[in-house]
Amino acid sequence: MADVAFQSAGEVLMAYLSGEIDHHTAQTLRQRIDETTLRQLPRVLVLDFGGVSFMDSSGVGLILGRQRRMMQLEGKLVVQHPPAAVERMLQLARVAYQKGGQT
Amino acid sequence: MMKPINTARFVFLSRSVNESFARGALAAFLAQADPTVPQLADIKTAVSEAVTNCIVHAYPGGLGVITLTVALYENGLVKITVADKGVGIPDVDRAMEPLFTTGNPEERAGLGFAVMQSFMDGVQVRSKPGKGTKVILKKQLSVKE
Repeated sequence: MADVAFQSAGEVLMAYLSGEIDHHTAQTLRQRIDETTLRQLPRVLVLDFGGVSFMDSSGVGLILGRQRRMMQLEGKLVVQHPPAAVERMLQLARVAYQKGGQT
Repeated sequence: MMKPINTARFVFLSRSVNESFARGALAAFLAQADPTVPQLADIKTAVSEAVTNCIVHAYPGGLGVITLTVALYENGLVKITVADKGVGIPDVDRAMEPLFTTGNPEERAGLGFAVMQSFMDGVQVRSKPGKGTKVILKKQLSVKE
């Protein structure tokens, strides 16, 4: 199971991800993030991985897809707070991230 | 090769909800070998990639069977086989190149085999078009005193 909770502050939309991100759960997460992003049109979308206990390369697909969409909206995507296992995946995929992050 | 000290086999349909089942079943079986947290995370990630490949690619437009086999050896070697009876891979070398994907490039990173190779000690792929694909993953657990 995976979940996402949103928090909006000014032009920043925070998406706090939690649980296990795989090909199955990424589909729901993607839908919920895209719906909220289109409704709020933030300048910056922050994906926070602090609560993620597992992530395979489906999570990388999720990040790259959201990055493309934010570029189309002339905004940007920030990836932050990856736990060790997620960090390894991000390094392998050469995805930029912030070790700590804004809250 | 010597005989395994224990084995398990899980057979399930290629439904994406079974990706987490496969990881959970594998982790429960491997608990007896007392892997470290990073080792177990590596194995779960690699198996998740292999099972997802079967679900996304092996049975286009339908469901099929995936067989996950785990064998544990005395020296701490873990050998995992993920097999399907799907369409097969016409060009295995090409499929294993990083970033190559026949999935939706908007949402699939094409990193499945790169992750398996990076997180495991050995990856072998055998595939016959029309017959299916078998991925063999090996990981050497550290032997405790």
